[in-house]
Amino acid sequence: MNQNRREFVKLSGVLAVLATAGLSTDEALAQQQAWNKTAFEAKTLDEAVKALGGPAATQSADISITAPDIAENGAVVPVGVTSKIPNTQNVYILVEKNPSSLAAGFAIPAGTEANVSTRIKMGQTSNVHAVVKADNKFYVATKEVKVTLGGCGG
Amino acid sequence: MADPMRIRATEQPDGVDVRVLMSHEMETGQRRDAAGKVVPAHFISNVTVSHNGKPVLSAEWGPAVAKNPYLQFKFKGGKKGDKLTVTWVDNKGETRTDEAMIS
Repeated sequence: MNQNRREFVKLSGVLAVLATAGLSTDEALAQQQAWNKTAFEAKTLDEAVKALGGPAATQSADISITAPDIAENGAVVPVGVTSKIPNTQNVYILVEKNPSSLAAGFAIPAGTEANVSTRIKMGQTSNVHAVVKADNKFYVATKEVKVTLGGCGG
Repeated sequence: MADPMRIRATEQPDGVDVRVLMSHEMETGQRRDAAGKVVPAHFISNVTVSHNGKPVLSAEWGPAVAKNPYLQFKFKGGKKGDKLTVTWVDNKGETRTDEAMIS
C-alpha cells in the first residue's frame, strides 16, 4: 500500500515537470510567430538546413569560422563567421551536439559584410557548422571546438 | 525592464564596425533549479540593427546564444554622426531599443 503511494507521488512529479515544459514551448510559439521554430528545434545539420528551406548544404572553402580550438568555458564560446561567397543572404551558426543544433541566424542585407561574430553556448566538445545561404543555395563549413567545461546544465 | 545595451559603432576606412553587448539572462530551458523544476526558457529571439531607419542586420537567435549576448559586424554606407538603432525581442515578448551615434 505504502509502496503504491510512493510510486504515485513519483509519477505525478514527473507528469508535472512534463506539463510545465510543454506549456512554456507553446507560449513561446504564440508570442514569436516570426521566429523559425522548426529550424531552432532541428537536431541535426541536415534537418536544420531543410527547415531553413534548402535541400542540402555543400561544403565550401570560402567560409571561415573563427572559434577557439579549445574552449575552456562552454557557456561562452566566441564564434565568428566570414563568408567570401558573393550575394550572401544569411549566415547560420550550428552546434552539432547541442540539444538543438541551430544557435543563431543572421540576415545580411546588401551593404553589410558577411562577417558576424557572437558568443554561443556549447554543451560539450562538438563540431561547429557555419551555414551560408547565397543565391538561394546553401554552403557549409565545419570546425571542431573542444569544450573542457560544458555550458548547458550546471 | 532589462538594462540598457552597450553599443559601440566606429567609422573605419572599410565600413562601420558595430559592437553590441546586450544584457539578458538567456535561459535555455534545459536547466533545473534546486527543487528539480525546469527553469523556463527565456532568451532573445530577434535582433534588428538599423542605420538611419534602414535595417543593416537582423538576427534570429536560439537559446544557445550565450548569456549577455555579444554581437559584432560591419556595414558600408554609414558615416560619423549617423544614428544606429538596436532592438531586441525575447520569447516572452519583452523588448528593448537603444540608440547610438557612429563615432
